[in-house]
Amino acid sequence: MTQLLSANQVALLYLVASVLFILALKGLSHPLSARQGNRFGIVGMLIAVLVTFAVTHNIHLSMAALAVGGLIGWYAAKRVEMTQMPELVAAMHSLVGLAAVLIASAVVASPTAFNLPDPIPAGNRIELFLGTFIGAMTFSGSIIAFGKLAGLGNKFRLFSSAPVVFKGQQMVNLLIFLAMIGFGIAFFVAAPGGQWPPFLIMTAIAFVLGVLVIIPIGGADMPVVISMLNSYSGWAASGIGFSLNNPLLIVAGSLVGSSGAILSYIMCKAMNRSFFSVILGGFGAAEGAAAGGQQQKSVRSGSPDDVAFLLGNAESVIIVPGYGLAVARAQHAVKEMAHKLSAKGVNVRYAIHPVAGRMPGHMNVLLAEAEVPYDQVAEMEDINSDFGTTDVAFVLGANDVVNPLAETPGSPIYGMPILEAHKARTVIVNKRSMASGYAGIDNPLFYMDRTMMVFGDAKKVVEDIVKAIE
Amino acid sequence: MHGVAVDPLITNLTVFVLAVFVGYHVVWTVTPALHTPLMSVTNAISSVIIVGAILAAGAEGSGLGSMLGGAAVVLVAINTFGGFLVTERMLEMFKKKDPKK
Repeated sequence: MTQLLSANQVALLYLVASVLFILALKGLSHPLSARQGNRFGIVGMLIAVLVTFAVTHNIHLSMAALAVGGLIGWYAAKRVEMTQMPELVAAMHSLVGLAAVLIASAVVASPTAFNLPDPIPAGNRIELFLGTFIGAMTFSGSIIAFGKLAGLGNKFRLFSSAPVVFKGQQMVNLLIFLAMIGFGIAFFVAAPGGQWPPFLIMTAIAFVLGVLVIIPIGGADMPVVISMLNSYSGWAASGIGFSLNNPLLIVAGSLVGSSGAILSYIMCKAMNRSFFSVILGGFGAAEGAAAGGQQQKSVRSGSPDDVAFLLGNAESVIIVPGYGLAVARAQHAVKEMAHKLSAKGVNVRYAIHPVAGRMPGHMNVLLAEAEVPYDQVAEMEDINSDFGTTDVAFVLGANDVVNPLAETPGSPIYGMPILEAHKARTVIVNKRSMASGYAGIDNPLFYMDRTMMVFGDAKKVVEDIVKAIE
Repeated sequence: MHGVAVDPLITNLTVFVLAVFVGYHVVWTVTPALHTPLMSVTNAISSVIIVGAILAAGAEGSGLGSMLGGAAVVLVAINTFGGFLVTERMLEMFKKKDPKK
């Protein structure tokens, strides 16, 4: 067969694409170089696709499929709201996972199309097994994660954002996992022609396992789950790369896999949870009851006019945004408030907790969308020492991440890193009600003498404050 | 080494281990503010398995193989385009703004 490119040329071009993918990630070290990085990624992908077109057949089928998928992806990318990014990312993880399963099945159906001997060599079969089961778990797990994030819990119980737990759950999961490995081994030793049954059963079990592994994980832990599935989708791609002896897939998959793993680690650390306690799930299930008894304590509440007065007379203000802010779509109003305060000479900054929002870095994107300059936005480690010398800390729609109980031994959230808003000279907290946060525990910050509570919808409250400033 | 070819599995493993190291070090340099774009761009990059999907779609003499491949191309292409575009859209928002707006 005559091909446009020799095997060596293909390998070299794949190397170029691999390097471009690494540069794409490297670009994200700073907002200014990030867009160039993304372009590197696009070029790398273009090279990968074109090179593959040059060495295969049936190109019109792939082109048509590419056009259909591309249009859907383009449409989704244009239309998605920034608050819905976690759902979009979860949906995309599931697609990579399912595609990995389909490709692995295609390899089983016709190894020769991938330049593999028929029957498939033992080594490649192990890798196929790995790629398939990780892919299948990524697919079904991401579907559950998507359902939880999109709030479909009231329609279908598996999607409940509260952990779905039952007795002996971990034992059941373990047994199912072992059964899956068993059928994997059966696939490995199967005679040529007899490979389909164990392969299909193993894949089906992996789909079920993906569901079972994600349902016990509560809504508050979604940032970890989504990072973990990100990692899985990478390892699945790597597994497929191994079975096809394709270094480009191995490199790209490992980059994604390690990226997701690091993000999971960062998220766990920010919530002071061990990775295993998140995976085993159940957090936030029955702890809400504890909050009930303490609501008798008195809080000092104020009006938006009071807040405007306090903010206007401050020299320095730190805004602590939480996901409640994004739910109320108050980002633009907040930005306007900050703008007006800056014009009066007030030093306004934003403090971001690593788990603010529903995925890593989510709050930064939401603020960027509202055109908040990124140099006013500070990460937790950089700004925490400044709260003590700040006139006003304004907490908007955040709760657990500013809970000083994290410094009290014995509290359920003891040890979790928090934004030290309670050290500011005055604390203003906007909430809709006194309800507790994800962790289901009371927050002493609300009862401090220096704290003023402003109840109401964040957007309405902030808009009233904007009107009252001057 | 003389006359004995290295098993491709070993070559693959070499590439894999080195790439994990590179990934580990590069990802730690990513600023936390850009973790969401990091996730969407890695998503787009993992769609490089489209290479496998295209090869599957090109399987000659295997109707099943090319059908599976074609379906995989559709699914992954959603990621390829969607992932890079939505990353671009987010990074656009992080552009340096004129402070006096």
